[in-house]
Order: sequence, then C-alpha cells, then structure tokens
Amino acid sequence: MSAHLKQDEPDTSNRLDNMRQGVLGKPLSRIDGLAKVTGTATYSAEYSPENCAEGVLVTATITRGVVTRIDKDSVLSMPGVISVIDDARLTTRAAQGTADEAPQQSPRTVCYWGQPIALVVAETFEQARDAAKHLKVIYRENEAAPVSPDLVEPKEHEDETVRQGDLARAMSDAAHSVDIAYTTKGHASAAMEPHAAVAEWDGKKLTVHASLQMLNFNITELADALDMDEDKLRLVSRFVGGGFGSKLGVSEETVAASLAAMELERPVRVVMSRQQVFQCVMRRSETTQRLRLAADKDGKLTGFGHQALVSNLPGETFAEPVLQSSHFLYAAESRELKLNVARIHQMTAGSVRAPGEAVGMPALEGAMDVLAEKIGIDPVELRLINIPEEDPEQGLPFSSHKLAECLKQGAEAFGWDSGHREPRVKREGEWWVGTGMASAARVHNVSEAKARVTLKPDGTCLVETDMTDIGTGTYTILAQIAGEMLGLEIDKVLVDLGDSQHPRGPGSGGSWGAASIGSAVYVGCKAIREELATRAGTSEAELELAEGRVVGGQTLTALLDGDEISEEGHYEPGDIKDDYTASGFGAFFAQVRVNHFTGETRIDRMLGAFGFGRVLNPKTARSQCLGGITWSIGVALTEALEFDPRDGHLVNCDLAEYHVPVHRDLPELEVVLVDERDPAASPIQAKGIGELGMCGGAAAIANAIYNACGARLFEYPMTPDRVLAAMPE
Amino acid sequence: MTQSISVNGAQHPIPNDPRVTLLDFLRHDAGLTGTKKGCDHGQCGACTVIVNGIRINSCLTLAAMHDGDSVTTIEGIGTTDNPSALQRAFMEHDGFQCGYCTPGQICSATAMFEELANNWPSDASGQLEGKIEITGEEIRERMSGNLCRCGAYANIVAAIQAVATEKGS
Repeated sequence: MSAHLKQDEPDTSNRLDNMRQGVLGKPLSRIDGLAKVTGTATYSAEYSPENCAEGVLVTATITRGVVTRIDKDSVLSMPGVISVIDDARLTTRAAQGTADEAPQQSPRTVCYWGQPIALVVAETFEQARDAAKHLKVIYRENEAAPVSPDLVEPKEHEDETVRQGDLARAMSDAAHSVDIAYTTKGHASAAMEPHAAVAEWDGKKLTVHASLQMLNFNITELADALDMDEDKLRLVSRFVGGGFGSKLGVSEETVAASLAAMELERPVRVVMSRQQVFQCVMRRSETTQRLRLAADKDGKLTGFGHQALVSNLPGETFAEPVLQSSHFLYAAESRELKLNVARIHQMTAGSVRAPGEAVGMPALEGAMDVLAEKIGIDPVELRLINIPEEDPEQGLPFSSHKLAECLKQGAEAFGWDSGHREPRVKREGEWWVGTGMASAARVHNVSEAKARVTLKPDGTCLVETDMTDIGTGTYTILAQIAGEMLGLEIDKVLVDLGDSQHPRGPGSGGSWGAASIGSAVYVGCKAIREELATRAGTSEAELELAEGRVVGGQTLTALLDGDEISEEGHYEPGDIKDDYTASGFGAFFAQVRVNHFTGETRIDRMLGAFGFGRVLNPKTARSQCLGGITWSIGVALTEALEFDPRDGHLVNCDLAEYHVPVHRDLPELEVVLVDERDPAASPIQAKGIGELGMCGGAAAIANAIYNACGARLFEYPMTPDRVLAAMPE
Repeated sequence: MTQSISVNGAQHPIPNDPRVTLLDFLRHDAGLTGTKKGCDHGQCGACTVIVNGIRINSCLTLAAMHDGDSVTTIEGIGTTDNPSALQRAFMEHDGFQCGYCTPGQICSATAMFEELANNWPSDASGQLEGKIEITGEEIRERMSGNLCRCGAYANIVAAIQAVATEKGS
C-alpha cells in the first residue's frame, strides 16, 4: 500500500506534538553510534568480495588538449597488472548535485589539469598504484586555455539578476552608505573518507558499494554513464564518511570501477587518493563580490546591491549561488543583484557545504558591520530594524521567520554589549581582544521523497529508503519519527538506508534531507495509524499509541494479530514551494584575540543561535550547528584553494596544505536552538540545519577582528599576513 | 623465519610486498577495517593505532618495519558488546557525525591518557616537568593531529574530558 501527500497548504496541526511516545525532540544518542565508535561500521571501500582487483586512476598532466595515445604495454608487463581501462564511457568530472544524467565523459579530451583519463587495474593496490605512475600517456596540448577568472570576459547568469528601483540614486541620496569589494578563495569539501567504490558484476546485475550522498539521482547518473538500464544496477551506501557536497553526484571512481568490473568479470575496487579527491571532484568557486548598502539616518536600508563573479569549466551549469539569501534577508526598496560566471580551465566548481551563503553571507555581513559603524548603531540593532515583513523581491510571505529571536536570544546568551563600539580598546599582553556578530540565513529546500514503513507482527518497525546518512543523523531521526507516530521506543525501529533497491528518498544535500524524508516516513506512519485505528475501533486522529500499545488498550501485537502492515509514504511539496519564501535564520557572536606582533587570530568563544523549525533531535541538531560553526572558522581564517596561475592546477591538494580547522582551533562553542514550528516548510514543521551553521559565521569573526585590533579586511581567509598588513600602526 | 605482527593479541604474518604500509596491512591483510585511510600521508590521523603503547599514524610506516611489534587497533579497544569508557563517552556526547575519523580519534585519545599519566608535556603545558593538569586546552593540543571535517571537535573534547574526570575520581 502507499500513501501520498502533496503539500499545498501550511500544516499547523503539529500532529507530532500530540503523539504520546515522547521520543521525538529528545536528545537521544545515535542508533548507529555503537558501530561507528567500535570501527564496525562498514564504509564503501571496506567491502571485500572474493577475488577483488584494485584500480588506481591515472590523471592528466596537461590543462587542455587531447590524449593521442595510451601506451598500455608500458605497464602490462609489470607485476600483477591486469588491465588498463580507457573506455570512452569513463567520466572526467563528478556529476553536479541532482544532475540525474551522466557528467562529462570522453576521457581522451582533457579540460583541466588532474582530470582522470584511465584506470590501471592490478591484483594489489601497491601494484596498481605503481603501474598508474608508470603509464605512458601521449598528449597533444592546446595552447591557450584560460585558467584564471580575470583572463576571460564573464557572462551574466541571468536567473539571478534583480533590478528594482534605482540603486544608484539610493546610494547618492543615502545618509549613510558603503560600497565595498570582497574576495573569497575557493574551498574544498575535504570529507574524511576519500571517494571509493567496489563494483561487482554477476553477468546480469552490477552492484556497487560507493560513497555517495544521493542514490536517487546517482543511479540514473551511473546508468546513463554506463549506457545501461537502471534495473540492472544496485547502489549501496550504508555509511558515508562525510560528503559536504563532494558526493552529491556520481564521481569518476564509481564509473571506473563499474566499467572495469564488467570488462574483467571480477570485482574491482577504486579508491581515490586524497590528492585526487582534491583535484578531480569539486571545488567551491572563488568569488569577487561588490556590496552596496544605502541607509537613511536611522539605519533603515533604502538600497541593496550585491554582485558576484564566480567561475566554472565551460559547459558546467552550476554557478556558486552567492546571492541566494541576499534576495530576501534585508528589506530595501532599490535592489540590484547580479551574478557573473567566468569560464576557465580549472577543476570543476560545484557544491561545497552551503553553496552560495557560505561565501555570500560573510561578505554581506561584513559590509553590514561597516555600515553599522558608519551610522553609529549597534550592529544587532541594524539587523533587527531591517528584517523585512515579506520577501522584498517576490512579495511572498515568509513561511516562518526567527531572525529577530535568534539575534535577541543569541545576544543575551553571549552577553553582547550593545553600547558604543570602538576598535582597539581591549588589550591583554600581546593580544587585542574584541567581539563581532553576524546574521545567519540559508534557504530551506524540501523535495519529493519516498520511504516504506512496515509494522511487523511482533510490534517492531522497519523503515526502508535509499536515503543516506552522511553523518547528519538520518538513521536516528527517522527512528524517532516512526517511534513517535507508532508508539515505539527507538530500539524497536530498524532503519535500513542507502540501498537503491529501497523506495527513493530525497538524497542528502542542500539541508533538505531531514524535512523531506522525515515527511515521507510521517506520511507512511500516518497510513499505518489509519489501519490500526480501524482495528482498534477509533479514528486516526484519536488513536493514542505508546510503549507498543494503544494507550489504555490492546498491544500492537494483539491488534496486528499476526499481520504485517506496510505502507510506502510518499511526500511531495506542492504549492507551499511557490507560495512562501522559506529559510532558516540565525545569529553568530564571536570573541577573538589578535596578536599585535604576528597578526594571528585565535577565537576565544563563539555562539550561534538558530531557528530551523522543529528540532527533531537536539543532540544531533546541535552537532550539525557545531559543525557549521567549525566550518565558519575555516572560512574566516585558514581555508583557501591555491591554483597555479600557469596551468590552473590545484597546488595545495592535501590536508597538510589546505588548512581545515583542527582541535586547537576550536574554542568553547555554544549553540542556542530557537523554538520554532514552520508549517509551510514540511508537514513535520522542520527545516534543514546541515548548512545554516556556516552561513555568516565567518563575518562574525571578521567583524570581531576589526573590533579587536582595527584591521578591517575585505579578503577571506584572514590569514596573519593579511591581518598584520591591515592593522593600524 | 616468518615475520609477524601481533594485532590485538593475534599474530599476523607480514606480507611479502615491502611497499605495504602498516595501515594497508591492517585493513587488507588482517581484515581490520576499523582503522581508516583518510589521506595516506600522515596528515589527518584517521589511521591512528597504538604500537607498543605509543600512538602513530599507521599510514606513515611499513608493515615490514614492525616484526614482533604489538599493535592495538580500534577493534582491540572495545567491542560492540563491551565498548570502552571512551567509546561510550563518544556515543553519549555525540563525538562524531560521519564516523570516519572516529576510530582514529578514540585510539589517539586512549594513548593520550597514557602520555598524560606519564606527565609528558605538550605545547599547552605550563611547564616541562611535574604533573600535567588535564585541561581542555591540553586535550585540544594533543588531539590536533586528528582531523574531523564534520566539526565534532567540541563534542570529542567533551567526551574525553568526561572520561578524564571519571578516571580522576
């Protein structure tokens, strides 16, 4: 049986608040935790079918041109080498998120330095790695290949363009205004588990264990790449060692392992090296941004301008959506937004955690701080007075809006001083100490999702979907939703994820996982409740279930009487998508210290207050926020992809040279979860939280650096050399 | 004479190919995939194991160099039936998200407690000699070789501190 809900209207019934089990919204530990802490959770590369061969990708050492010859004989006589796979179906880029079709193929055409061109397969990893290094490849190189955005004429990404009122006029008439250029560097997802796939072909069906975020799209992408029917494929991703966008689309190792397994008729494992993950999966584009803010004497915004230049390879549709939250965050009558894209021959640009806001918000919120200083107004107050009543561009109502609460509750919890602000006031020895704040915003997305919920005769429940848990806590929150709806403790709920044989979920990405798949489970459970209510002689609305029984009545086992009830919950967002602007909101507060002599910034403490609808599990939700804040620190202080200006290759392609935050970079962090039910976000009133925590946090740090030492910087990351150069004498 | 490595108390012969790292030996030859490969270059700490009582990055050393050594991996620290105090604390404090760096974090912290008990100083220690106080900063400094991209650091430190307090009392 199946149950379908297309949500056209807000759902204010808050049904989940009236259930009796009491497991939803509780800070429960993860149900997959024991497997993870004991090393028994099996990640993709760890499946070891009998007779598994090992493949290592060979990547291009030119920027643009053609592979004229691959000299297979150069390695075929090496010990253990089985084959060199150079099938034309090999993919040369990772698919973009939700692509639903194969990414670029034809490996003999080289479009960027580091692009995969072949796969060497051997009996052991050591043999394959050695042979891959020795494979002779002959290229015909094209001369001119622009590798830097300033070398090409950019094109306007017209979907993003907004022109309302007269911004130039607003700027010239303004009592206070700022016009600032910001730059941000490229970022890498750098998930801890390198991309990996183990493919097995039994002559009829191809089974691939791969590290992927969105099996519902990935299976179509893989089928398209292999030119095979989807029903001959099975993708499995039980545990995914982090994604952050890098595993949204099917990537090169999965297609290569699949082709090799079918050609050699034996299982093949392909694991990317850390350097390959950096160089041939996805980068977040660098950005150049211009912020124009015009305000009246009281600080009310009259003009709002945000434009950005980003880059990508020719042919890629993705453009870092820098302006995403700028469209609705602050009211201003005159508005001008524009996104330009430069086509260059660097590795593919794509989604890295919080595409858009991760870099757009730090620039916008930095500019807001400059404006607040010019006006002489508390920066918290400047945000509060510019919160729009409705979406300022589309005129749509907000589904729910908690920015003001986040700003107020955050300021109070942090102990924010709303009095007069002046830089270089507090010094402790070599260290200047200061505070800063910023708003957080991240658009809420929700998408179609299916999950099968089965109530077994023994009173246990099984939830099945191809949805993945990339560390976000999906296993646990789905058990909580099903447990709450069916009156079960979560140890009575088995959640089976990451198998393409299950009903298709939404995939993990864009922070839409929990609200989408949670709603599908909710819909399925509701249908089961209908059947249970009939059996219990009551209505679904009045049915109360807890501890495996009807409250004050029969046990589920007795009610089921040996039957099993199985329902496929199918959730689809309807008109709510078009009728509302939906977003998570928040506020960041930071206290930093900056060394007077070295320019080094250390963060003393940081707090984030976030409103993102119903909190399904405060323990795992808080962890998502902590993760986002941690990424904010990386964006603010250390993370920067560096490309060689001659050939466009990524220079700092490992974790020694690309600096993600480490333990000692993290201070005491505090998270405030602001109570909210968002009726137009999903029927479970929840929004996403995977990305909100990093959308603006870097600006709170930047603004605190200025408040501490007087260095006003317009470049992220704010490394010691830059801070020192900008610090007043 | 066969060379062998003791892993969690069981003897495993050293593979013939001298290029096999201790990490690949553990994951492939010994079939103990709890130890993770994150970078293969000693940059991330996901492969941390304890060799003769000392934590090391198992990707930075060859299996052939460990004849007669005693290695403890995450599988030797606790089991699903009997997890160690640290493993339980990581669950309680949500000291992980994707879980990929977790075995390395736990092996690292397990060995770190020994270093602290022996009063080995770190950059965060106030002095080079005498008793080391187990502060948050001390833990952060000593754990900085174990990267966590999900950003679970605050919870990892909380888990370690909880066990430190338990041990102290």
